[in-house]
Amino acid sequence: MTDTETKRYTRADFQSDQEVRWCPGCGDYTILASMQTFLAEVGLDREKVVFVSGIGCSSRFPYYMSTYGFHGIHGRAPAIASGIALANPGLSVWVITGDGDALSIGGNHIIHAMRRNLNIKVLLFNNQIYGLTKGQFSPTSEFGKRTKSSPSGALGRPFNPVSLALGAEATFVARTIDMDRPHTIEVLRRAYQHRGAAFIEIYQNCNVFNDKAFAELTGKEDRLANRINLQHGKPVVFGPNQERGVVLGASGARIVDVAEVGLEALHVHDEHAPDPSAAFALSRLSHGPHGPTPMGVFRDVQRSLYEDDLQRQVSDAQGGRGPADLTELIRQTGTWTIN
Amino acid sequence: MPDETPTLEQESVDHVRIRFAGDSGDGMQLAGARFTDASAIFGNDLATLPSYPAEIRAPAGTIAGVSSFQVHIADSDILTPGDNPDVLVAMNPAALRANLADLAPAGTIVVNRDAFDERNLERAGYTTNPLRDGSLRGYTVIEVPMEEMTREAVKDTGITGRGVLRSKNFFALGLMIWMFSRPLEPTLEWIKATFAKDEAVMRANEAALRAGYNFGLNTEQFRHTYQVRPAKLKPGVHANVTGNQTVAWGLVAAAQAARLPLLYSSYPITPASDILHELSRYQRLGVRTFQAEDEIAAIGVALGASFGGNLGVTGTSGPGLALKSETMSLAVMTELPLLIIDVQRGGPSTGLPTKTEQADLLMALYGRHGEAPLPVLAIASPGDAFGTMIEAARIALKYMTPVIVLSDGYIANSAEPWLLPNLDALPDISVPFVTGPNSDGKFMPYLRDAQTLARGWAVPGTPGLEHRVGGLEKEDVTGAVSYTPANHEKMVLLRERKIAGIADDIPAVVVDADEGADLLVVGWGSTYPAISAGVRQARGRGAKVARAHLRHLNPFPRNLGEVLRRYRQVLVPELNRGHLARLLRAEFLVDAIGMSKVQGMPFKTFEIEEKIVEMTRP
Ligand code: SF4
Repeated sequence: MTDTETKRYTRADFQSDQEVRWCPGCGDYTILASMQTFLAEVGLDREKVVFVSGIGCSSRFPYYMSTYGFHGIHGRAPAIASGIALANPGLSVWVITGDGDALSIGGNHIIHAMRRNLNIKVLLFNNQIYGLTKGQFSPTSEFGKRTKSSPSGALGRPFNPVSLALGAEATFVARTIDMDRPHTIEVLRRAYQHRGAAFIEIYQNCNVFNDKAFAELTGKEDRLANRINLQHGKPVVFGPNQERGVVLGASGARIVDVAEVGLEALHVHDEHAPDPSAAFALSRLSHGPHGPTPMGVFRDVQRSLYEDDLQRQVSDAQGGRGPADLTELIRQTGTWTIN
Repeated sequence: MPDETPTLEQESVDHVRIRFAGDSGDGMQLAGARFTDASAIFGNDLATLPSYPAEIRAPAGTIAGVSSFQVHIADSDILTPGDNPDVLVAMNPAALRANLADLAPAGTIVVNRDAFDERNLERAGYTTNPLRDGSLRGYTVIEVPMEEMTREAVKDTGITGRGVLRSKNFFALGLMIWMFSRPLEPTLEWIKATFAKDEAVMRANEAALRAGYNFGLNTEQFRHTYQVRPAKLKPGVHANVTGNQTVAWGLVAAAQAARLPLLYSSYPITPASDILHELSRYQRLGVRTFQAEDEIAAIGVALGASFGGNLGVTGTSGPGLALKSETMSLAVMTELPLLIIDVQRGGPSTGLPTKTEQADLLMALYGRHGEAPLPVLAIASPGDAFGTMIEAARIALKYMTPVIVLSDGYIANSAEPWLLPNLDALPDISVPFVTGPNSDGKFMPYLRDAQTLARGWAVPGTPGLEHRVGGLEKEDVTGAVSYTPANHEKMVLLRERKIAGIADDIPAVVVDADEGADLLVVGWGSTYPAISAGVRQARGRGAKVARAHLRHLNPFPRNLGEVLRRYRQVLVPELNRGHLARLLRAEFLVDAIGMSKVQGMPFKTFEIEEKIVEMTRP
């Protein structure tokens, strides 16, 4: 096939007529562009795509896409998206959420969406701050962070979203970063190809209220030093000369010098490992993120889809005879006739 | 032989009210329900009132743990489970103590004598044994050694240990079946079908049932049996139904009439859970249910399903309705069809979870942020639920709006015979999806039908109609986000007019009036049977009275104001502190008088009757 045959759409085909209103320089712009580019590349029909969001800066996303969209209420996007996926399993349903939306007010919905494994893709724009309400700490803000609502420092430990998703039985878990568009697009493609719920944490810079939160992963040198690019079937190595690596031991994952332990001692990344323990251990390497941070696909396993299982129950109940009759059903509960 | 015709004298009565009462572990709900079914099949008209404790396992033998089931059977059309039982079956001292005050004067008490030991008497708070101290003088007391007889009856069935006495409710049931000349067969068949998987239990229950029946036949304690002849119900196929059941059936029928898949999304809550249970068994009808992680998710999933082109429905009780409030406002803003069923219970907070109340009406009308009007309907009885669900779906689809349907704990759990409608003749309430552009080659999601003011329903998957909905204020016609002051006011008024306009599309309120009546009794929801029976009784005492019952509470029927103004006095009995009365006063400037009861129980017929007699006294 030639390019002209496969490329039915361009990025512009996925842009809506609404003016994009994020702050200049916000990481959301880059993610929006990555998504539009990705959709054009895979050639998904616009009418088959639905974006569902909650409340927050990122949740304006659906308005800027020329697909179907539902801008919901705070925290509830996974529920609305689940309803859409149940009603029409042929759709490609994407949830756009933020750290406050998904992990604070919507925490209950996000974990259940993961464990159920409906075919919905959750993109969590993690900027570690409340942007829309102008700068309060969020459930991913670092301990002690000084904000308007925490002038003496935020209390309580932050969530590590990847660890949380793995703990919630997610079948696909990945992490990427706004600035790296090719990486984002690749992760989106992988999530799309995965049949089941997908959880993607996207480090997103809020240049107004939490600028440079992800600096350790962006500057040229820092990036080389700190980004651990997970690759399926390969030993986990990183560093400017791939001189550092990760070993897994009884007490979790540990950073080592490859020269000291030897290549064979390194952990070989397996996205498809049925047990999420190794992926979880990797997710614990960094918090914040500070220091070496794994990026890419942590986990990608196959489990039956909720909507398929439900449909199977319905078909089994009907036993190939089609829907039963309500009158019949009522009569079976016990009726009597008066002449 | 149980099937022999009793040789005792048979006394014919036109109606009788029986209350089965025991510990919550004694199986009284089951005994009552089986007696009811046997009576229904026999052809009596009937009404029931189950009452059970909120705790699944309240301490055995205590008043708090008493569970009861009242059934009223009659040879003519009756409306209520009856105020005071004529016969009380008491399985232990606590059941006797908790129910004795309700028993009709000179009523009959059938007690399980074996349970009247010191320990149980003490748990029930008796200092002396009421069977011995003369305090039951004035009643006919029939003492039956139910435990001893049950033990004897099941001894060859393979049941041992603690299981033995589990069958004693069937003994009591068998005795009542004999006493009221019901056929045994329907119950025997039911036992066979229900316990098919456990032969020993099946045999034990059957043996206990027959033993109870034979005990009546063979002992001299019973002077006679009673006969309540079949009632003249309308010809046709009847079923004995509870409200939660008919809500479920009504939803299935509504989805069929709408030609839409049904998705029922709910979170377990008393007394609404049985709707979820019932619908979950209907996969063979194509019904899909979803047990959500919480009340908010439940309505979110239902709304998402509606956006996706299903008939999205959620069901709950008061505390859950409060949690769903924000999403209901979202449904108002996005103008999507959605049904919300509220099976009301005593509140506030957890309140009286197993008891009935009507105190969610104002929340249903106004319990949302912003100007968020939506239609509200109420179910009057178990039989009425079926049609109300279809009507609610019709409105939701035609007007693209969420609709609240109010039921309550009484309707949910009580039973009545119901004439099956012809399901092949369901009305067509389907509303076609928008499939193409509706304005100059474009799709305008908020372009409205000139008459109904409903916007078009375009579901994801339809090429060319891609659009965004959401909670932010919408620009008229285009549906784009708009913060323009004048547009907001326009949209608030449009949404309001759309709902108010439904008044032109619902039946006028019907008044059942005596010539020359100057008192109108207005009811809504589950007060229907008590008000109807109270009016009937008051008329029997010469009162002239008019009666109207509302199914549509928002908007009200067009003629309601005119009807109210026809009468000098308006009485509004409600199981709350005057919600409808307040609405009628505010809306129509009439001096509606509230009549309130908040005891977790329905009105008794005589309470309504007395009030009417008092208000119509010359
Ligand atoms: S506040 Fe922060 S997250 Fe929100 S739009 Fe502005 S830069 Fe982006």
